[in-house]
Amino acid sequence: MNIISNLIPVLIVVAMVAVIVRARREPLWAEAYRRLGRNVGAMVALVVMILYGSVAVLDSIGWSTHKNDQRKTIIDRMFSGLPPERTYSAPMARFTTGEPHTHRLAHKHLLGTDAIGNDVLYETLRGCRTALIIGCLTQLIVTPIALFFGMLAGYFGKRVDDTIQYVYTVLDSIPYILLLIVLLMVMGRGILQICVALGVTTWVSLCRLVRGETLKHRDRDYVRAARALGLSHGRIMIRHILPNLLPIVIITATLGISANILAETILSYLQIGVPPDIGSWGNMIDAARLELAREPIIWWSLASASTAVFVFVLAVNIFGDALRDSVDPRLRS
Amino acid sequence: MFLYIIRRISYAVPILIGVSLFTFFLFYLTSTPEQMARRNLSAKNPSRSQIHQWIAEHGYDKPRGQQFATYMKSLFLFDFGKSDTTNEPIGDRLRAGIWPSLQIQLLVFTGGVITDVFFAVYFAYYRGTYIDSWGRFVCVMMMSITYIVYIIGGQYVFGKLLQLSPIAGYHSGVESWRFALLPMVVGILSGFGASTRLYRTFILEEINQDYVRTARAKGVSEKSVLFRHVLKNAAIPILTSVVISIPFLITGSLLLESFFGIPGIGSITVEAIFGQDFATVRATAFLFTILYIVGAIMTDISYALADPRIRLE
Repeated sequence: MNIISNLIPVLIVVAMVAVIVRARREPLWAEAYRRLGRNVGAMVALVVMILYGSVAVLDSIGWSTHKNDQRKTIIDRMFSGLPPERTYSAPMARFTTGEPHTHRLAHKHLLGTDAIGNDVLYETLRGCRTALIIGCLTQLIVTPIALFFGMLAGYFGKRVDDTIQYVYTVLDSIPYILLLIVLLMVMGRGILQICVALGVTTWVSLCRLVRGETLKHRDRDYVRAARALGLSHGRIMIRHILPNLLPIVIITATLGISANILAETILSYLQIGVPPDIGSWGNMIDAARLELAREPIIWWSLASASTAVFVFVLAVNIFGDALRDSVDPRLRS
Repeated sequence: MFLYIIRRISYAVPILIGVSLFTFFLFYLTSTPEQMARRNLSAKNPSRSQIHQWIAEHGYDKPRGQQFATYMKSLFLFDFGKSDTTNEPIGDRLRAGIWPSLQIQLLVFTGGVITDVFFAVYFAYYRGTYIDSWGRFVCVMMMSITYIVYIIGGQYVFGKLLQLSPIAGYHSGVESWRFALLPMVVGILSGFGASTRLYRTFILEEINQDYVRTARAKGVSEKSVLFRHVLKNAAIPILTSVVISIPFLITGSLLLESFFGIPGIGSITVEAIFGQDFATVRATAFLFTILYIVGAIMTDISYALADPRIRLE
């Protein structure tokens, strides 16, 4: 279980690189890349995303030096020189805060320490892996399901369409927070469970989009020609319609990553987020929420976690928008 | 028109049944009736007979199919029964909760639509200038901030620094406006980025149409072009996305109310889920679904009002 969840970030990054390299061979995407390369904002966003991705990968590769040692990741090892302090301390402070008698700190902490004395920078970096898994793995689960059902509904119409539309309208009518809470209560807490639950609640909008697009393509000349040639339905859908849907699906899926990362912080507030032993920005924000009433206020933990979320989500949003503009200049906003 | 509404409502029935079936069986997965009885009985070590009595009282001993049938029948008659945890009638709680919810959600909804459309037109008016590109960037930035940070930030700025409104809580009557202010601001701000950006593209799609050029050629002022001609035609996609956002309004109410301690339907629901109050969750899920369907019907009606070409048949 542990090994699988540690392989996921590596797999996600490898899969994304593979997709990007493979897409270069398609003329549409090669042209899109050229346009994307000229967009400075998109390139900055890409660099930021790569940085977050590499922190997540570094936090997934780990080993134990002794037989009975706990497994430590590269990030853990980088911060092993900064053992936990007693309690809160401000960024770069020399003394602790928030206890009756202040104590001297053993080390300086760039972003301060949290309630149990952990380095805030370390905690923030550990959140990258969780955010990457929840953001991307959910999209990897959702996209094939939405494509499958959306294309079935759009292509065959009639009964199939009615059934699929009924299922997703029912799911969509239940407020998604309610559905998320119940699903997580059934499945238990954990990163993979959150991905599945978010997948169940978010596939509907993508499915609806795919259905609409398939409907548009179904009666186009190229599909009729393929049908006249006697191709099977499956072949028409996969080889002819699917490539035309991919650009819009990929863009929507990219923008969905940011929604998932934002959802993770809300889940933590509702106490059904990632388990507390796994680093997560949502848990950091939730823990820091109660400390704002203190005097002097303890803002650094909240600030660094929410900045981390903000920068990552902003980068994904900017990149997704630039991708949309470069794939289809007509959609340029 | 009347026939159309009747037909739409009849479409809604299978969806309502589907949602109820789904919540009904999903909650059986979270806990068995016996676990619920143990949780909710006040005695520390309830005896077998007590548990059986509780289960029988709440109707969980009958076959599932029969349970579902009686429950559907009562839901469609708006008879929600008694809460599993407190034994209070659910209808009374919901009736008490509907006003705070309605007050805040109406404020968020109307305030949000007005600000979003206003800024969308404003950015579209200054399209291609720095105002527009910076405005768009601010929208993307606002989309990237989590809901929780909006709430915490709002509480800190409005409640602690400016002392304009209480940090949380609710009070009925005239006082309620002070308590509603902060949730309203947070609700509007958190939705601002995404909607403004979307409405702006709808408006810009219309701005290059022939009729706009004709209007300009006739010497109609830019403001009049935007508000009289463009906005009217951009109203349809805007209306669609406004109604699509109604479910998010419900989600928002779940979060806003439980965070600000407002005793509305949203916080009743969240409490009920965590307290495993099965009967209350069924009732609120049913209500939310009705709200959703009413929203969808209202969009179609507003289409017909906004666009004379569309007729409801």
